[in-house]
Amino acid sequence: MATDHELRLRERLTRLRNVNLLGGAKLSGELEKLQRQLDRLQAGPTDEEIWRSVELARHQDRPYTLDYVARLFEDWVELHGDRGRADDAALVIGIGRFADRTVALVGNQKGRDIKERTHRNFGMAYPEGYRKAIRLMELAELHHFPLISLVDIPGAYPGVAAEQHGQGGAIAHSQAHMARLGVPIVACVIGEGGSGGAIATALADRVLMQENAIYTVISPEGCAAILWRDAGEAKKAAAAFKPDAVHCLELGVIDAIVPEPEGGAQTDPDGAAKLLGESLQEALEELESASPDELKRRRRARFRSLGVYA
Amino acid sequence: MSSRIDVSIEHRNAPEPPGKKHPNTCPECDSHYRDDELESALWVCSHCGHHFPMRARSRIASLADEGSFVEEAADLRSEDPLDFFDLRPYTERLAEAEMKTGLGEAMVIGQAAVGGNACELAVMDFSFMGGSMGSVVGEKFSRACDSAAQRGVPLVSITASGGARMQEGILSLMQLPKTVCAVEDLHDSGQAMLSVMTHPTTAGVLASFASLGDVIVAEPGALLAFTGPRVVQQTTREKLPEDFGLAEQNLRFGHIDAILPRPELKPYVARFLRLFSRNGD
Repeated sequence: MATDHELRLRERLTRLRNVNLLGGAKLSGELEKLQRQLDRLQAGPTDEEIWRSVELARHQDRPYTLDYVARLFEDWVELHGDRGRADDAALVIGIGRFADRTVALVGNQKGRDIKERTHRNFGMAYPEGYRKAIRLMELAELHHFPLISLVDIPGAYPGVAAEQHGQGGAIAHSQAHMARLGVPIVACVIGEGGSGGAIATALADRVLMQENAIYTVISPEGCAAILWRDAGEAKKAAAAFKPDAVHCLELGVIDAIVPEPEGGAQTDPDGAAKLLGESLQEALEELESASPDELKRRRRARFRSLGVYA
Repeated sequence: MSSRIDVSIEHRNAPEPPGKKHPNTCPECDSHYRDDELESALWVCSHCGHHFPMRARSRIASLADEGSFVEEAADLRSEDPLDFFDLRPYTERLAEAEMKTGLGEAMVIGQAAVGGNACELAVMDFSFMGGSMGSVVGEKFSRACDSAAQRGVPLVSITASGGARMQEGILSLMQLPKTVCAVEDLHDSGQAMLSVMTHPTTAGVLASFASLGDVIVAEPGALLAFTGPRVVQQTTREKLPEDFGLAEQNLRFGHIDAILPRPELKPYVARFLRLFSRNGD
């Protein structure tokens, strides 16, 4: 399974090692990063390591979207509202300067204390949130701003009003808008990539994932409740459906793993932001020479190739 | 392939658990029918109008002009990318579903004509693992979009699904963007899509291609929800409105264009195809 990615990583590693003359600090950092990814790929995470990722991805001190924005963006202007019904605080949008260019950003946002958590609805977006995201996508397209999406959501909100306002349709249309954009899109899962609520803003040219983030079709608890008929079996469910970054890379679901400081992003938010910023910038620069049609074509081809069948 | 045949069937003839009605008994009014009675009535209760679930083959037979249906990609089969094992292995569940339904997967696609108008059909079958969408359903739907685009005909999608197939993990979630991209390619080719949502069209299928029809219609009483009533109730403890998530509520809130009793579907599809065939063709 892993061979394709493993080969590509190996090739990059060998190439970088042979560039002796350029062996500055930046290059050795790059080498270390690749070597670490390769080591993890070869070892393959154990069930315990997978569960640790689930815990770290949900850690209450883990940096959220606005923590990264504060560290990576200049001239940040947050925008509000879907221009129709509401301003969903679980999903933030805005524009700012990132690595010398204006970019549009959409990101899920959880709260730190009880008051903010309630205000942010524990990061679970309503359809209004996805319509707010669509509004930002249209702005990005009109003004040729690249789009960055930071994904960190337990799941789209499962409530009566959310259903009445069209949760399923909003998630579908948010993806459809991303499939249509002619500007570069880079998404990174920075915590929980929870199901439809996450993919709604993750149909990107490059999909990255932090080392301890998880990306799931259903929460481990939800899966356990359905298949094991016991939510307490979440650990078993997680081990079975493998939501960790290494497995997502193996399956081709993500393009690269963004390293985190030792012990997880929550131990050193500044360090985590620096590593995330480097990866986002690198991914954006890879995309910026492509024409709008080329971007769209390749983005759709990327997602249309996902799946395993005989 | 051989591993697929080796399945456990010890419960096959076990008695129905008490309180569970026979599949041919109407859950609304308890009228009971033979298979052939229901088949000739389009699986609608002639007493109270309840719509029984309709199998993919029956649906196609009821819609496509006689002899017009040419199935595509019938040989695609699911793999087990995660070696998934919950209470039973995924491969065993797949084999059992194939034996039970006579279908290779939860979706059947192919070329057809409805009322003399050429189209592509993509029809789901809830009996195959709850109509869940894994890699094969995603691929079949994508191929249906391509076939429609290549032949310059509209696509008619008929959904019945509980959502993404958990046993394929994150790859099943990736079928959402995959099918969305396929619809976008279809639209770019200038072709239209009619989405017919039948009971139930929920979660991952509602949150992807099913919601992207140029026109969306539903069957009476169909549950069309991203999250079903039981989970909403358990998670939020909210009091649910009586028609929560049903087609009727979706029509009222503006999410679908019409509710069509089953006998009215074929003429509606034919009209859609006439309207969306390219002018002058």
